[in-house]
Amino acid sequence: MTDTAGKAIPIGATMFGGWRPLAARYPFVVVSAIIITLTVLAAVFAPLLWTTNPLDLNPLQRLRPPSEASWFGTDQFGRDIWTRVVYGTRVSLAVGIAVAVLSISIGLFIGLTAGYIRILDGIVMRVMDGLMAIPGVLLAIALVSLSGASLTTVIIAITVPEIPRVVRLVRAVVLTVREEPYVEAAIAAGTSLPMILIRHVLPNCVPALIVQATYVCASAMLTEAILSFLGAGTPPEIPSWGNMMAEGRAFFPIAPRIILFPGAALALTILAVNVLGDGLRDRLDPKLARRV
Amino acid sequence: MLSFVLKRVLSTIPVMGIVALTVFLLLRLSPGDPAAVIAGDYATAEQIARIRTQLGLDQPILIQFVRWLGDLLRGDLGVSIFSNLPVSTLIAQRIEPTSMLALTTIVFSVIVAVPLGVLAAWKAHTWVDRAVMVFAVIGFSVPVFVMGYFLIYGFALGLRWFPVQGYRSPFTDPGLFLSHITLPTLALSAIYIALIARITRASVLEVLEEDYIRTARAKGQAETKVLLVHALGNAAVPIVTVIGLGVALLIGGVVVTESVFNIPGLGRLVVDAIQKRDYPIIQGLILFFSLLYIALNLIIDIAYTLLDPRIRY
Repeated sequence: MTDTAGKAIPIGATMFGGWRPLAARYPFVVVSAIIITLTVLAAVFAPLLWTTNPLDLNPLQRLRPPSEASWFGTDQFGRDIWTRVVYGTRVSLAVGIAVAVLSISIGLFIGLTAGYIRILDGIVMRVMDGLMAIPGVLLAIALVSLSGASLTTVIIAITVPEIPRVVRLVRAVVLTVREEPYVEAAIAAGTSLPMILIRHVLPNCVPALIVQATYVCASAMLTEAILSFLGAGTPPEIPSWGNMMAEGRAFFPIAPRIILFPGAALALTILAVNVLGDGLRDRLDPKLARRV
Repeated sequence: MLSFVLKRVLSTIPVMGIVALTVFLLLRLSPGDPAAVIAGDYATAEQIARIRTQLGLDQPILIQFVRWLGDLLRGDLGVSIFSNLPVSTLIAQRIEPTSMLALTTIVFSVIVAVPLGVLAAWKAHTWVDRAVMVFAVIGFSVPVFVMGYFLIYGFALGLRWFPVQGYRSPFTDPGLFLSHITLPTLALSAIYIALIARITRASVLEVLEEDYIRTARAKGQAETKVLLVHALGNAAVPIVTVIGLGVALLIGGVVVTESVFNIPGLGRLVVDAIQKRDYPIIQGLILFFSLLYIALNLIIDIAYTLLDPRIRY
């Protein structure tokens, strides 16, 4: 505050300021971004990362400890744990991204309509209150057990409980924005309702939604693992981290690595996404940043 | 005051109605034939028909709803397909371990998280604050079952301080109860501690900027008294609210924790029901937990209007 006048601030430095200042100011966020990038690369290039076939059974190589041939050892069917952890990134990321995109778009649509059309508001918000009162994991379990286990079902089942929070967020933004003079001006100028929503209200929701999307993504990856672990998730033949942990349970005392490796991968990925979300929140949504 | 309490109680009715309707429609609107899905891949036509009659799925949907709601209001949560026992009986049999685990978790979390949050707010923007917040983010991110297995690996298999799994009732043997409940409580607490510590820090930090805090310090009040009485007391409402809202997280966590530590509670009831496709149990537990959550948050809302003179409706 006191001596900024004397310093020349290069243009652009305050926004992103190159790599080194960014890494110095947000070390955790930068590390998280690197972890997420590596996870995405692992998912895309899984077959090239010294992996074998994740479904290959090899009864002669059961429960082998880590070695040069299989870095993380093998599980009770002789499958290579390293391979399955790498392929597991595909399931987690697919679920995380799909749920984030779906719940944000559906929540945005419902939130915009509810926030702007007064008659709908009361009904929609009561429905959302009701949905929020149902424990998300249990709702997802019920949805999966009723429609059969598949990746699509799991994605839908995790999306449904995530929607109410997005709706609340969007509605809160809409309720403040609709009182702004520029919206009044737009109304006075005869702008149509969809146009007002898209041009004036939507841009105000974007920062909060980007932050929310990262949180939804982290929470979806967690719920997917929980569902798979409990036996109500992706079909057992899919190498997801939750499935690996569920199958390793009986062998935990003799071969804890079957659970600990995918568990660590899951924890690290979720941690990275959450930290990235916190970083984005501090940057994009200072109002929220001050509150929590 | 009375009118507020009454209004707040009445406001839960539509929410409960929505919960009931959602749970009801879940089964009826699911794609395909729910009776066939529940009966499983190898069921005969008679078995499917029997389940359809048992769940009342052969009736017109409106009649189904009225009957189902009537049963629900009388406390009838349906009958388990597999064991033929009322779901309410099954819940009553399994409720003790779950409520004990929830109780120890809430108590432990509050004892740990509130001081941590106050400390972080007091030392805001120092390394202490940062350390607490890093811990909070980690606690929030490590899944409860991953945490559970790492704890078992370290403290049960490694150091052998605690049993690997199982449950003992505190009413028969308090010592064994404590040794069995410790690791599950630690695993389940992580996320809850993170949540409460974060909100405690935020709301204490906000209160610390108030004029009366400056006044208290100016008149020479001891710093501990300023923090614990003036700051924490006035920051209590959001903290208590989050403790209530966090119960939703706790419910999901309990199911998984019981499964990791082999605790015969409601969570295990859910897992067994998933494996046996016993849908009425899943449905009954959803209703049970949702109503519990609504009731708990109702009580908290009313409690702090009674306790905090600043809140008047």
